Amino acid sequence: MKIAATLIAAVCMLAGAAYGAGSPSHSKRVVLVTHDSFAISKPVRAAFARQTGLELRLLQTGDAGAALNRALLTAGKPEGDVFFGVDNNLLTRALAGNMLVPYRPAALSAVDRRYDLDATHRLIPVDHGEVCLNYDKAWFTEHALAPPRSLDDLGRSAYRGLLVVENPATSTPGLAFMLATIAHYGENGWRAYWRKLRANKLLVTDGWEEAYEQRFSGAAGSKGNRPIVVSYASSPPAEVFFSGKKLAQAPTGVVLSSCFRQIEFAGVLRGASNPDGARKLIDFLLSPRFQADVPLSMFVFPVRRGVPLPAVFTQFAPAVPHPLELPARTIGANRDRWIREWTSTVLR
Amino acid sequence: MDKHGPAVSRLVLLKHKASRRTDWAVVIATAVPAAFLGLFFFYPLGSILERGLTQDGGLDFPSDVFFSHETAQIVWFTVWQAVVSTVLTLLAGMPLAWATARVRFRGRGLTRALVVVPFVLPTVVVATAFLTLLPTGLQRGVVPILLAHVFFNIAIVVRVVGGYWSRLDPRLWDAAATLGASPARRFRELTLPALRPALSAAAALTFLFCFTSFGVVVILGGPTRLTLEAAIYDEAARAFDLRAAAALALIQLAAVAAIVTVSSRLEARAGLVAPLTSEQAAAHSPSHRERVALVASLFGGALLLGAPLAALAWRSIETPDGIGLTFYRALGRETPALLVPPWHAILNSLGYAAAATLIALTIGGLAASVIARRSAGWLDTAVMLPLGASAVMLGYGFVIGFDTAPLDFRGSFWIVPVVQSLVAAPFVVRLLAPALRAVDPRLREAAAVLGAPPARVRREIDLPLALRPLGVAAGLAFAIALGEFGATVFLARSDHPTLPVAIFRFLGRPGAENQGVAAALCVMLMAVTTAAVLATERLAARHGAL
Repeated sequence: MKIAATLIAAVCMLAGAAYGAGSPSHSKRVVLVTHDSFAISKPVRAAFARQTGLELRLLQTGDAGAALNRALLTAGKPEGDVFFGVDNNLLTRALAGNMLVPYRPAALSAVDRRYDLDATHRLIPVDHGEVCLNYDKAWFTEHALAPPRSLDDLGRSAYRGLLVVENPATSTPGLAFMLATIAHYGENGWRAYWRKLRANKLLVTDGWEEAYEQRFSGAAGSKGNRPIVVSYASSPPAEVFFSGKKLAQAPTGVVLSSCFRQIEFAGVLRGASNPDGARKLIDFLLSPRFQADVPLSMFVFPVRRGVPLPAVFTQFAPAVPHPLELPARTIGANRDRWIREWTSTVLR
Repeated sequence: MDKHGPAVSRLVLLKHKASRRTDWAVVIATAVPAAFLGLFFFYPLGSILERGLTQDGGLDFPSDVFFSHETAQIVWFTVWQAVVSTVLTLLAGMPLAWATARVRFRGRGLTRALVVVPFVLPTVVVATAFLTLLPTGLQRGVVPILLAHVFFNIAIVVRVVGGYWSRLDPRLWDAAATLGASPARRFRELTLPALRPALSAAAALTFLFCFTSFGVVVILGGPTRLTLEAAIYDEAARAFDLRAAAALALIQLAAVAAIVTVSSRLEARAGLVAPLTSEQAAAHSPSHRERVALVASLFGGALLLGAPLAALAWRSIETPDGIGLTFYRALGRETPALLVPPWHAILNSLGYAAAATLIALTIGGLAASVIARRSAGWLDTAVMLPLGASAVMLGYGFVIGFDTAPLDFRGSFWIVPVVQSLVAAPFVVRLLAPALRAVDPRLREAAAVLGAPPARVRREIDLPLALRPLGVAAGLAFAIALGEFGATVFLARSDHPTLPVAIFRFLGRPGAENQGVAAALCVMLMAVTTAAVLATERLAARHGAL
């Protein structure tokens, strides 16, 4: 018994020591509060430490919505220095919550103007991506059916029972896709469209993970039986990249006319314990080094002009020339009502 | 029925005399868990409820949420699915509890440990495994939810009921058989009453887990079926309507408090105090008929529990280039999905779980010693409440409650094991309290009459008798801490992921490789759990008095 107690105590102390190790003082580290999908490759993280002398620490606090809500809850007494992961669909909520302070990085001039949506410079654009319908190429070949070309196609009887979408109340791609239908069909037509989708037996899941990895037939290793899913324009290159093989063609395709633009922003948290480090981190997020890393770490596109894309992107990610868009202000003013209307149209 | 009538009344007299002196040990045993729960449960939860329910300094009573039709629907679904799940889990768990408690067979210890494995797996993973196993028509709805709840919680029944069963003296049953009682009558009139404390404890724990079920319901139920826990999460973390979230959380807490109060009454009113014996004496080699029953229950258990586990294990070796260990080799490599090589998660999990077990045994052990010997219903309810509290609300409570010095420890190591121990301590209490109550009061009484002070009675009678259930409790507490996800993912630092957190991060990324690494990490979690439960049980069996 004594041996056991000693052992347990030793394990605890070791764990505590390992945890404490590498805990520099507040001015030596900068804490990035972000969502679960944030990713950064090791060399880039090391480059930040080399350039600034600061240790980058991450705090991932849930999906994009949950992470933002937690940051709003701690506004003024934040858990870190910088927040990353507000998208254009939640932009107004973040700004209204008074959780950020303005900072205009010099590198903003290298960013395409259309991504810069906050004139107060509390939210700085970092990456963008397009939420699009993806389809399973092999399934459509096998069933001798043409893949869908437009949103309208999904309401046709030939595509009955083929679509899986995420719930816009619980998932950011789900929200983006709902907004795409509103942008396309307008305030007066979008609900009728969803009624058609419902009659055409669409499947709704809580999150992207279940929709794409479990229900969609085109994901590697999936046992799903639905060949159309709401995902990203960058999902085909991700399938190729993670397949572990050299593929000549992506196994999945994108319905270009269904795409809705998502832009992700970062900002300095009000009350940050290391505001100076926070500004350096924002600078770094816009640096060529980090911008070149986002395609393969997070499968999104850089906002900085002239950043080279990796081959798997240039080869397999389709360019989306004219994504559907809605002004952030319109989204902010109507989002909650739209979600309620969607719920009563599709789920009740 | 009450064969101990005179003894108990004498004990009451003795207690009465003893209580004139202040028993400092009791004061401490009450104060420590009370203070711990006050600081780490009631204070943070109160902070977030207060934030949700006050508007411009005044109370904003959410009567619209309380009395809405939608809330009523959610409450109704939450209650009935939990009741049905609990009944099914008890029915499914009893044969295995009997087999592992009463029958001697090779691999008994391993069976006990393996039963705990499903309990620690992340709900996302298990729900996914169910999706791949069930036919398309059954993938969504109440049936898969109920099945998954049985799969998860069967461990509770087998360990809590089985642990108790394994120490009941079989001579009582032998005597009844000699006197001509049929097996059915022995079960009805001896087994069930004797097991009642353990059965009600197991039922309460299972019910609480099903009542607050989240991942299983969200994935297997689809977006139209909500439990209170899932509704709270939607309001708090997605719609950011703290007021509605707080209102629903209050309903959930009230329901849980009521359930806990009723069940601990049931547990304390044991139907039949059967004499205890050692585990070796309680088990016997199976007769021919029992052998059939044994094989049937083991086979049934293997089918129900084994199939989803096997599906997971298969996924971890099924690589794009055939069967291989590619995904296991990837455990040593850092990728952008996780900030550290995945195998670090094993060490982190072990460290957190060891610390959480220590805390849970201390808090739960002290609380159980008080609860078992006097009516301390409020303490019992207080210990149990964290099981029924919404993980997201508690998490938010920690985040806003501990944001100012001297309480600013949002980023510290201890915050994770503290939260995990809140979920594990109720198990320690539910395992220890019935065991301590079952200690023959005449033993304590005799010791007291012979002049032993209360401290010595506890040290030399209660503690040795409690060691065996303490071992079971330690194993379960460790497993719970290993598997805790809801609050851990909320509070653990990103560079210190636990196994479930790491699994979750890989699952959230596309591609065969990420999904395969997640499956490999699941297999690691299963292995660590089995080893931990085996080890704690061995230790306790070696040192326990019974």
